[in-house]
Amino acid sequence: MKYIPTNKFIQSRSLTTTINNLQEKEKSTPQYEVTFVKKNGERIKVTCNEGDSLLDVVLNNNLDFDGYGACGGTLTCSTCHVILKKEDFDRLPDTPTEEENDMLDLAYEYTDTSRLGCQIRITKDLNGLEVCLPSSINDARS
Amino acid sequence: MRASNFIPMRVCNHFISLKLFNSKVNSFRSVTVCVIGSGPAGFYCTQHLLKLLPTSSIDIYEKLPVPFGLVRFGVAPDHADVKNVINNFTKIGSDSRVKFIGNVSLGKDFKLQHLQEAYNIIILCYGADQDIELKIPGEKLNNVIPARKFIGWYNGLPHDQDIPINLDVENVNIFGHGNVAIDVARILLKSVDDLRKTDITENSLSRLAESKVKTVRIIGRRGPLQVAFTIKEFREILKLPNVQTIINPELFENTESILPDLPRPRKRLTELLFTTTRKSQTTAQSDKKLFIEFFRSPTKFTGINAVNGVELVINKLKNLHDISPELQQIEATCQKEYVPCELIFRSIGYKSSKVDQEIPFYSSNYIGKLRVLPGVYSAGWLSTGSTGVILSTMSNAFKTAYEICEDIKNGIINDKEDKPGYNYIKKILKKEGKITVDWQGWKNIDKVEIERGKYRNKPREKIVNVSEMLEIGGRAE
Ligand SMILES: Cc1cc2nc3c(=O)[nH]c(=O)nc-3n(C[C@H](O)[C@H](O)[C@H](O)COP(=O)(O)OP(=O)(O)OC[C@H]3O[C@@H](n4cnc5c(N)ncnc54)[C@H](O)[C@@H]3O)c2cc1C
Ligand code: FES
Repeated sequence: MKYIPTNKFIQSRSLTTTINNLQEKEKSTPQYEVTFVKKNGERIKVTCNEGDSLLDVVLNNNLDFDGYGACGGTLTCSTCHVILKKEDFDRLPDTPTEEENDMLDLAYEYTDTSRLGCQIRITKDLNGLEVCLPSSINDARS
Repeated sequence: MRASNFIPMRVCNHFISLKLFNSKVNSFRSVTVCVIGSGPAGFYCTQHLLKLLPTSSIDIYEKLPVPFGLVRFGVAPDHADVKNVINNFTKIGSDSRVKFIGNVSLGKDFKLQHLQEAYNIIILCYGADQDIELKIPGEKLNNVIPARKFIGWYNGLPHDQDIPINLDVENVNIFGHGNVAIDVARILLKSVDDLRKTDITENSLSRLAESKVKTVRIIGRRGPLQVAFTIKEFREILKLPNVQTIINPELFENTESILPDLPRPRKRLTELLFTTTRKSQTTAQSDKKLFIEFFRSPTKFTGINAVNGVELVINKLKNLHDISPELQQIEATCQKEYVPCELIFRSIGYKSSKVDQEIPFYSSNYIGKLRVLPGVYSAGWLSTGSTGVILSTMSNAFKTAYEICEDIKNGIINDKEDKPGYNYIKKILKKEGKITVDWQGWKNIDKVEIERGKYRNKPREKIVNVSEMLEIGGRAE
């Protein structure tokens, strides 16, 4: 039978190329680990790329935290609130900006080591970072 | 990349939560649920319930032909980023277990009793769409406008399109110290050119372009430590070009000593207010002025047809010892003041309507209880009163969804009986010849709005007329 390339074929071929490109990219950029700790103690360890924000990490790994990142990282919702360990909070390269602090003022269960996940970018120094989620965001209660 | 990830995510999460839940509760069957109101509370309840009760089906009924409640009709047009929550709501609305039925009202097209026949669980999330009134003489004069209606007007809420507002005036007073008052002031003071690229309606844009407003006073009955607006909204208005914000520094004489003991949000906000008082003293070259005024309650609006001024009584704090500064109450003094002005906005809060006599209200302006009646629950502003941002509504909605599951687990809700769900309500709607809008219908309306927006470089041009919405997205039941 004569082989006729269909649209479907072309589509799937371009999809494969994209996937290959992505895999290439993943190989070339270093992979780091981040752990999210829910209020019920459940620990979720995932990997991410250099420069990903914690919000990217949640989205790219399809983490099912209801409501997390409602504004898409535009500093207008504070649903991406995370609580860090003191030593991690201190070693973040930047302190929260005025705008981030304004949004943190609305966060539930605010602590002195609270940050907004969409503003934290993962670098080599932060590999292995562990952050806690406040109970209002995740479904610890279920 | 993110968008394409979505489908596998849903399948996978669905599976996980099913497993999680079954490990705890074996007796879960599919329950028929309805949600009344498609604002944040309705969508967040739906999202959480789908996770906790993966086999349920959820019908969302909405009074308007279009979804999203105050995210579409309340949140200011220049707060586009806040509206990103719509992306999440759209995923929820597209879930095969969810059905959207727009253009139908509880209390008008059907009763609570009908819903009780049709569903195992009813969640009331219909918000707070009435105004709290000041109840003073002159409130009905022309150009005394409820902030709620002004906001509905510029955001395209169909029944607020004809408000009789005259913007050919210079002096405006806004009563109330919440975020809504700040929104109204910002829209009045902002350059129209900065609004053109938002989803503000074309009609209000052209009217605002002709506005002569120069001075806005936001007046509150309590003091600087008791304001209800949030720092983000306040900082935003301070940054408006060509507007000078003025606050009387005398009010802050004793605050410095209290500052360290205040909770962080209050402390930061008070510091910012205080810094603003100092800046107020420098004479800036601004065309427009915004005064934030405290300790004043209106007692009478004056005027013959239209308002021309307001009589105020000056208040003072009771300074009760056992109450934190934020919660201090006030009492009136015998001092009075008169301020001329040609436009007044009343912005002292929203209240919920009792759309069905069978719905008990445990507070005067809202339900005030999560468990309303057996099988009937509430969430969002209808449940808590009209305070808080979307984050607080979300958290409240998640709690309602969680408590519903607890009640099922504990046998409090009757989930054994098979209920007919929408089929039952549909018969009622059909008999009335009701036109409804389903999710596809909304998507058609959405598409037309986005198309129309393109011509004007706006994210969308909202359709402001119910019959036009129904022509595009409606269908007879
Ligand atoms: C002017 C304004 C600006 C705001 N700006 C922001 C902001 O920038 N950021 C932020 O985080 N929060 C903001 N908020 C707060 C936010 O809008 C609320 O927290 C949230 O919308 C409350 O959600 P809800 O679902 O309880 O009510 P709503 O959003 O009001 O939803 C209720 C829904 O029920 C429908 N309904 C009413 N009656 C019936 C009936 N009888 N039958 C069926 N359906 C019915 C309504 O049409 C509506 O769609 C703002 C609020 C206002 C008023
Ligand atoms: S995602 Fe909204 S503030 Fe971070």
